[in-house]
Amino acid sequence: MTTATAQATQLYQLFIKASPEQIWEAITSPEFTTKYLHGCYIESTFEPGAPYKGYSTDRSQEWIDGEVLEADPPRRLQHSWRALYDPGTAAEPPSRVTWEIDPQRDGTCLLTVIHDQLEDSPKTAESVSGTGWTTVISGLKTLLETGEPLAQ
Amino acid sequence: MVTYYRHVDDDGVFRALADPTRRHLLDRLFERDGRTLTELESGLEMTRFGVMKHLRILEDAGLVVTRRSGREKHHYLNPMPIRLIHDRWIDKYTELRVSALAELKSRLEGTG
Repeated sequence: MTTATAQATQLYQLFIKASPEQIWEAITSPEFTTKYLHGCYIESTFEPGAPYKGYSTDRSQEWIDGEVLEADPPRRLQHSWRALYDPGTAAEPPSRVTWEIDPQRDGTCLLTVIHDQLEDSPKTAESVSGTGWTTVISGLKTLLETGEPLAQ
Repeated sequence: MVTYYRHVDDDGVFRALADPTRRHLLDRLFERDGRTLTELESGLEMTRFGVMKHLRILEDAGLVVTRRSGREKHHYLNPMPIRLIHDRWIDKYTELRVSALAELKSRLEGTG
């Protein structure tokens, strides 16, 4: 088996049978994010410069601290990302997450998620790689296509 | 159950994986992502055209995604097609047992 340290730029891409507006809604509304983002309650106005915050489902703990860097609904969202759920990742500098929603002719969308600027944040890179983002994005697809969350 | 449609072509993914050179290219990207064609070419006894052909098949299957940065084209390993195949046969409950066994295997084999 090949082993590697987690990448400083991570790319995840897949087709989702949904409209750009539905996907935008799913990545910006806590009613959706709590169902596929490890239960994370995302809160932001999604305007450039606004805070991008993630809390535990019951909102008792702060999990993600970031800032909206770019927002072009329903096509593109970019925000910084500092994971507070672990003391090791919380001490690392913020990284960056970009969501690109590209509608296709057949009514599906190509969703690309890029988590980069992880060069100085190896613990964060490790925690989001492997089954991290892949579980979240696969769960997002299942939720949008079937209305059912993956088993948590 | 997630519906499969034109874009998600499992046959393309399996065909792309059924070749040692293409698996080697994916291994190189797994070690270090974002490599250029020139970097991927080195270490392979193959013409540039041959490597491009293999990369094209990996791209068509969605296993490799390219991004331009200035004049350079970078190649990234996209794990989502493999993740979706995984999800089709392995549910969340068996996943825990499977990952425990996979960890045991790599520890016993000294590669973990």
